[in-house]
Amino acid sequence: MAAADKVDPIHQFQIHPIIPLHIGGYDVSFTNSSLFMVVTIVLASAFLYMSTASRALIPGRLQSVSEMAYEFVGNMLRDAAGKQGMQFFPLVFSLFMFVLVANLIGLFPYFFTVTSHIIVTFTLAILVIGTVIVYGFAKHGFGFLKLFVPHGVPGYLLPLVVAIEVISFVSRPVSLSVRLFANMLAGHITLKVFSGFVVSLSAFGALGIAGSVLPLAMAVALSALELLVAFLQAYVFAVLTCMYLNDALHPSH
Amino acid sequence: MFVTSAYAQETAPAAAEGDTHAGTAVPAAEHEAFPPFDAKTFPSQILWLVITFGLFYLFLKRVVMPRLGSIIDVRNDRITQDLDHAARLKDEADAAVAAYEQELAEAKANANKIGQQASDAAKADAESTRKKLEAELEKKLGEAEASIASIKAKAMKEVGTIAEDTTSAIVEALVGGKADKTEIAAAVKSASR
Repeated sequence: MAAADKVDPIHQFQIHPIIPLHIGGYDVSFTNSSLFMVVTIVLASAFLYMSTASRALIPGRLQSVSEMAYEFVGNMLRDAAGKQGMQFFPLVFSLFMFVLVANLIGLFPYFFTVTSHIIVTFTLAILVIGTVIVYGFAKHGFGFLKLFVPHGVPGYLLPLVVAIEVISFVSRPVSLSVRLFANMLAGHITLKVFSGFVVSLSAFGALGIAGSVLPLAMAVALSALELLVAFLQAYVFAVLTCMYLNDALHPSH
Repeated sequence: MFVTSAYAQETAPAAAEGDTHAGTAVPAAEHEAFPPFDAKTFPSQILWLVITFGLFYLFLKRVVMPRLGSIIDVRNDRITQDLDHAARLKDEADAAVAAYEQELAEAKANANKIGQQASDAAKADAESTRKKLEAELEKKLGEAEASIASIKAKAMKEVGTIAEDTTSAIVEALVGGKADKTEIAAAVKSASR
């Protein structure tokens, strides 16, 4: 591996095929990204499955973690969308676990971060908004459009308010996906840049090695921050999903 | 790791380019698109995301979540049951305490009654004994008074006779001759008045 590779902060995001595959003119190769998606779901599933295998009445540590995640997401959804919202519990729980585990796996050096690609987060966001739209129209018919017409707005302001509401609704999948993507991307680039400084500085002899302590400390601090961000972004993604689902359940504000 | 070696192979030309800018180079846009915005990789990512996330969703929905839900439900049921059990035991204990206290109160009342009765009986006993003694004493006192009275009466009567005898003897000695007995008696009587 060339030294230059290590200090180029963008290479970690590159996608390359492992098993080339083309269907209907599209390149759908099994790539390193696909591999880490598989790793993510296998790890998450295996953890949830094995930690709860004993169905202990008094949970062990691992079972506690699984139960905590389950109840955490369950309470989040119940608080945001009420009892009716619990029908979306599997969706929100899957999203939370997928994003969380993908973020956490991405923190390991040399591992690929699935959520650092806008198309992945955008697909997940479209899944959420698609669920909101399909369920909203299926349950309320055109009554779902009341979502865009807030109560008690004077008539002359209505066109403006409706326009704003529509824009805010349309921008939801964008903000939802960009928030997660940008956080992961920026965090990993920063981490890589500071780690790169350590390598570059230590090439300048003893003084450089002494100086490289600073970026090293920075990289350690950033690693802790990134761990926090990995949790936080999974949480934010799940919370916003709950709030959007609440709109599908109760369109009139 | 395959990832790193693959990076190395693929990016060898880019790396050579990067060497010229002090190590922290960003790859020039002409060479490759910024990977997250490289639309060539989108179909593959979408497809594999749909496959993996779909499988994950199904697995969680069918296997993991029912299991977690049942574990938590069973535990909550067990806790409710135990709490009910504890509440029942507490009620029983409370009832036992109440019964005990009632019995204690009854026993106390009984003891009081028995004590009262005993003290009443003792009082009555003492009273009757006292009355009997008093009556006896009264009787003895009466008898004594009667005997004193009779002795006194007898003595008084004897006093009269002695006076009469004395009077008749005095009269005889002074006057000579016998005085009339009835007159002397009358005189003694008037004098003793």
